[in-house]
Amino acid sequence: MLELLKNLASWLTSGPQWSGNAGIAHRLVEHLEYSLLATLVAAAIALPIGMLIGHTGRGAFVAVNLASFGRALPTVGLVTLVFLAGGLSKWPVYISLVALAVPVIITNTYAGMAAVDPDIKDAAKGVGLRGHQVLWQVELPLALPLIMTGIRLATVQVIATATIAAYVSFGGLGRYVYDGLAQRDLVQVLGGAALVAVLAVAADLALGGVQRLLLRGRPASAR
Amino acid sequence: MTIEWGWFPDHIDEMTRLTADHLSTALSAVFFGLLIALPLAVIAHRFRPLRGFVLGLSNILYTIPSIALFVLLLPVTGLTRTTAVVGITAYTLVVLVRNTVEGLDTVPAKAREASTAMGAKPLRTLFTVELPLALPVIMAGVRVATVMSISLVSVASAIGQGGLGQLFIDGFQRDFPTLVIAGVALTLLLALVADAVLVTVQWLATPWTHKRGA
Repeated sequence: MLELLKNLASWLTSGPQWSGNAGIAHRLVEHLEYSLLATLVAAAIALPIGMLIGHTGRGAFVAVNLASFGRALPTVGLVTLVFLAGGLSKWPVYISLVALAVPVIITNTYAGMAAVDPDIKDAAKGVGLRGHQVLWQVELPLALPLIMTGIRLATVQVIATATIAAYVSFGGLGRYVYDGLAQRDLVQVLGGAALVAVLAVAADLALGGVQRLLLRGRPASAR
Repeated sequence: MTIEWGWFPDHIDEMTRLTADHLSTALSAVFFGLLIALPLAVIAHRFRPLRGFVLGLSNILYTIPSIALFVLLLPVTGLTRTTAVVGITAYTLVVLVRNTVEGLDTVPAKAREASTAMGAKPLRTLFTVELPLALPVIMAGVRVATVMSISLVSVASAIGQGGLGQLFIDGFQRDFPTLVIAGVALTLLLALVADAVLVTVQWLATPWTHKRGA
């Protein structure tokens, strides 16, 4: 075990390991590129849908079951399927990652808006706010903590799963995991996994910082 | 991409075997996950300082790619089903520990106090009052963990223990999408059925949540 950790440390800290097209720095950027793009696209799709369901109260059944469906969908199967259907491109990677992230964000956005006290919404209408004003000025700010939870959860899942890109011959940190698996090189697998985990934790902390910034000045109970 | 429907009737035995393997790996993981998560959660609930530590630890587990976790276990448990079960068990902990702690949080202090006042020892209060009242939230966690495990088993196909995930590998190598579609469809179906069974179990186990006058 100690031997393994020593090898891992030297794998992670050797200079040549970090440079070049197969180097850690490049793989890290690739991994971030897949993850960020997928999460952004997923948020662009999921936020409006979650907001619409939460605001109108229609389709809640769909929102709740979609989450379950999303969790059940095997990513490896989806990526293989899109790969066989569409050939060698990055589509399988992006489609699978977006499909992974969308349900989480929709469910949390919906849950956040559904949890807004109906009395507050009535009060907002009572003082003369229109439907869209209630949405933007009352519901959305109050739902923000749960919405951010959904986005953070989706981001962590996407970063951990973006290793799948290497499965269909692309880059990212998954390269070390799958190459290590093929070469029975445990140190490489461990190094790749550690980097992915660090990246996911870092992204979660960064988004946590954004969340604190957005919610600054609120009482602790409204965060 | 075309589906060759003729493949299905000829491979019912194979699909049944893979589905059974798949289910038994997933359910074992949830079983062991509960076995570990329940005591951990009870401790984290009782001793506040441990709470952040236990929840943080289970969150970090979540950031490790599942494929890597399986490979890391190889030197210890080899290409066996144990590797798949241990790896998936680790993932179920994230959901199970959190939901059990939150479930225990929802138990009204009055219920706990009443139990103590009637002379019940802490352990008895835990099993007869706290855990039953926390059951709806715990069961919500069990449902998520079960569906997640069923989906995760296919990742273990990389170490030859993937259940229905084997169909993804075969379909990929033979450029035969029908296999992959069959694998995805059966995984989804399995998750759906398992979830429905758990909903029914929960309904039967918590009669006070839906019986009038209770």
